[in-house]
Amino acid sequence: MTAYLLRRILYALPILLGVNVITFVLFFMVNTPDDMARMNLGVKHVTQEAIDKWKAERGYDKPLLYNASVSGAKALTDTVFFEKSVSMFAFDFGRADDGRDIAREIKTRMGPSLAIALPVFAVGLAVNISFALLMVFFRASYLDFAGVVLCVAMMSISGLFYIIAGQYLVSKLWHLVPISGFAGGLDAFKFLVLPVAIGVVSGIGAGARWYRTLFLEEMGKDYVRTARAKGLAETAVLFRHVLKNALIPILTGAVVVIPLLFMGSLITESFFGIPGLGSYTIDAINAQDFAVVRAMVFLGSLLYIVGLVLTDISYTLVDPRIRLE
Amino acid sequence: MKSTSRPHRFLLLGTLSLLLSACDGAAWNSPYPAADQGKNILYTAFTGRPKHLDPAQSYTEDEAAFTAQVYQPPLQYHYLKRPYTLIPFAATEVPKARHFDASGRPLPQDADPAAVAYSVYDIHIRPGIRYQPHPAFAADASGKPRYFDLSPAELKNIDTLADFEQRGSRELTAADYVYQIKRLAHPHLHSPIFGLMSQYIAGLKDYAATLEKADKAKTGPWLDLRGYPLEGAQAVDRYTYRVKVKGKYPQFQYWLAMPFFSPIPWEADRFYSQPGLAEKNISLDWYPVGTGPYMLTENDPNRRMVLERNPNFGGETYPTEGEPGDRAAGLLADAGKPLPFIDKVVFTLEKETIPYWNKFLQGYYDASGIGSDNFDQAVQISGGEARLTEDMERQGIQLRTSVATSDMYMGFNLLDPTVGGYTDKARKLRQAISIAVDFEEFVSIFANGRGIAAQGPIPPGIFGYREGANPYVYDWVDGKPRRKPIEAAKKLLAEAGYPDGRDAATGKPLLIYLDTTSTGLGSKSRVDWLQKQFQKIDVQLVVRATDWNRFQDKIRKGNAQLFFFGWNADYPDPENFLFLLYGPQSRAKGGGENSANYDSPEFNHLFERMKNMDNGPERQALIDRMVDILRQDAPWIFGYHPKDFVLAHAWTYNRKPNQMANNALKYQRLDPVVREKMRARWNRPVLWPLLLTLVLLGLAVVPAWQGYKRHEKATAK
Repeated sequence: MTAYLLRRILYALPILLGVNVITFVLFFMVNTPDDMARMNLGVKHVTQEAIDKWKAERGYDKPLLYNASVSGAKALTDTVFFEKSVSMFAFDFGRADDGRDIAREIKTRMGPSLAIALPVFAVGLAVNISFALLMVFFRASYLDFAGVVLCVAMMSISGLFYIIAGQYLVSKLWHLVPISGFAGGLDAFKFLVLPVAIGVVSGIGAGARWYRTLFLEEMGKDYVRTARAKGLAETAVLFRHVLKNALIPILTGAVVVIPLLFMGSLITESFFGIPGLGSYTIDAINAQDFAVVRAMVFLGSLLYIVGLVLTDISYTLVDPRIRLE
Repeated sequence: MKSTSRPHRFLLLGTLSLLLSACDGAAWNSPYPAADQGKNILYTAFTGRPKHLDPAQSYTEDEAAFTAQVYQPPLQYHYLKRPYTLIPFAATEVPKARHFDASGRPLPQDADPAAVAYSVYDIHIRPGIRYQPHPAFAADASGKPRYFDLSPAELKNIDTLADFEQRGSRELTAADYVYQIKRLAHPHLHSPIFGLMSQYIAGLKDYAATLEKADKAKTGPWLDLRGYPLEGAQAVDRYTYRVKVKGKYPQFQYWLAMPFFSPIPWEADRFYSQPGLAEKNISLDWYPVGTGPYMLTENDPNRRMVLERNPNFGGETYPTEGEPGDRAAGLLADAGKPLPFIDKVVFTLEKETIPYWNKFLQGYYDASGIGSDNFDQAVQISGGEARLTEDMERQGIQLRTSVATSDMYMGFNLLDPTVGGYTDKARKLRQAISIAVDFEEFVSIFANGRGIAAQGPIPPGIFGYREGANPYVYDWVDGKPRRKPIEAAKKLLAEAGYPDGRDAATGKPLLIYLDTTSTGLGSKSRVDWLQKQFQKIDVQLVVRATDWNRFQDKIRKGNAQLFFFGWNADYPDPENFLFLLYGPQSRAKGGGENSANYDSPEFNHLFERMKNMDNGPERQALIDRMVDILRQDAPWIFGYHPKDFVLAHAWTYNRKPNQMANNALKYQRLDPVVREKMRARWNRPVLWPLLLTLVLLGLAVVPAWQGYKRHEKATAK
């Protein structure tokens, strides 16, 4: 497995480099360093001299990808791209254009993001699987039909609707929890109940239907018939055999997103005033802050790769026939 | 006995926490700790994180909401009087400029501006003003600064400014103001007003070069500006400093009321320059140090920011006079009482309008603006007058409106061959379009009536503004301006060489290009409306939507034809509006703020005379003439002056909209007892939905359980 992991890490390097190049090219196709400087210096009373100084101080006064004024390797290294990328691979994210430390900002915002994302993920997974198993248990009955109809209806509703309706009913009309806000420690609980509940409920439709399909496929297999023939109760068949055998496709969808939970959710965090990472990238794009954009895209790509590797590893845990060579 | 398992413990803890939060005495939906109930705390919100809190860099209104409470510039605006009047803040009096000729001979106040080589402002500050408690002033037993040489071990235990155990203070001196003026030229600060101020403050431009060299040559992390004298700013004695301004620049007084000219103690600069602090976001840009009524004690711009009363602030009282009507409105009830009234101000980040608005209605914010989504719920317009809806009145909410010192206009590019130029035909084309684009309708449809159609570039409340109509666009009927009929616009268009919207020479239809950054779905209705306005005179409007950067680029290069723009006043002087059309300020030619690239020799000449004059009949006469020239030349479709609507709960007092003073928090007062009563009344928890949910779940479980049992007992088919 070590060799496999090493190979995956080596594969990751060109992927990350490619992502870095694409981010760089896309960003600078729509923003020039002069635009970035103007955005930071404000729209009033900005002089070209101030713009030039701002660029020089942050290293944006060099050519973007190729420096024709120097020869040799320097033509590639004495550029904005090279200087900004090297530090990234050393996990030195540097400072945002407003001077604040990016790594510190990510560290601070990660906690609140996880405070919502983890319970939504864990509770959501448990609820979706349970609901799906329940529908499978009552398959081909009115209860199953009603469950599927409910799922289709729930997945057809926009996530934003759940948030607005939830805030309106639970917070505004019934006054049960705060509409928005956040606090540390145990005080966080009352702020997280509603967004977590909404996160779970809004995911039931799509999640339960997907798992129901997986379970139904398993239900037709020989080992299920054998289990029943042995006289096992239907619940034992479902939970002990079907669930275990359906784990690989479940893991494919679930484990890969675990590292990305750090990145938070833009809409949920925004509406509930959760100071997480969800809006950090969007805010940076609006502020034309390349340092933050590239750091967040890099981190997102890296976490996705980590998620894929974790998925592969988890296969070996649930299916002994799989070996990572 | 078996111990509780982990998941059970977690559930137990969560339930306990919910129950505790429900039983802590506060309403269930209160976003604030119960310990803060009944305290003299103002709750408000901010919608975007402030970028800079360093007074050398901070320029936006969002940032001024904090910096203006912390810093104490020499001057401020009178809270109640209108027109806006400068009064002393840290200064003992509003300084008067002394003028001198090139050989240093004093000149009279009314001297010809051309003869004035420089002006001198001597600013005396009140003795006894002290800084907020801050670690930069902390000293050990021997009197040496406690935190000037932090070791890596000490730094390890520090995450925020609150982690410094010791604090100190000292008296404000004139040298601190001089230090800050020098900081405007600091090579790493990029002060947004450096370019402008270097044109006025003597020696500031060269001073920047000096500091740049000194910065490169310095051995430590700190550049001590005290070692580099600046000709234009010098401390005369402990409580007096002198600013030398090139020529005559009466508007300089207004700048003295902005945080740019606040004092910065060298100790703070020295303290924050230490390596390792900036990485922890401990900087002057994050934790300001001032002598104002409040100090920033919590800075978490992702969640909340907290201002607390500066225990060292004193000596200022609530104004004893105001405008007629202020006394009747209760705005002078606290006259003469010491400021500030409120102990703590909690700003919470609210990015979305829905939670912001609902928390205001629940009493968790003391005041709120009105978003267009909630406008109909809050305000009804009848007969042009805005009044609160019954629901709002029932809650005791008060509405305050004020016309902003802002212009929202459409500019023509005067360099453009079609709409530009100064010929009679070009003027008539622009006048025709000005008549056709009905900004009264625009305000009504797109701004919920929150604005007044502009008759010129100067908004109400600014010296030089006159009631009346733009005679090229409006007729004066029954004491009110009435937009000219569309036939008048068509006639002007024909005289401009475009009868029926076609070029008389070529027969081709007249196309006008609008450059805009409005690309979203929400802006489509606006664009459609605008196209309809042009269709009224048979002119086709072609919309060129682009992103902000490209739009700015077009404006800078003078490639746009027609565009939307806005301007918020820096200070309440007509110069700050009329300079937007001053020829040498042309954006395409000189990178200035004149985006229309308007350049009228007569207007330019009058502007040069007017800008240095004191307010009076002579200045008014010049302004009248300048406004008339602009109305005739029509480089802008004057658009409208926005109107601000602010709602406040019944327990708030002394709230009067002030478009210039950002330091108004200190005047506000509230009654926390009434607030608690109202909050409790408005936020009683409604429990039946919870019970109903439980019952419904129970009802769902029973048939499911029965089904399960039936299924288990059934024989195989």
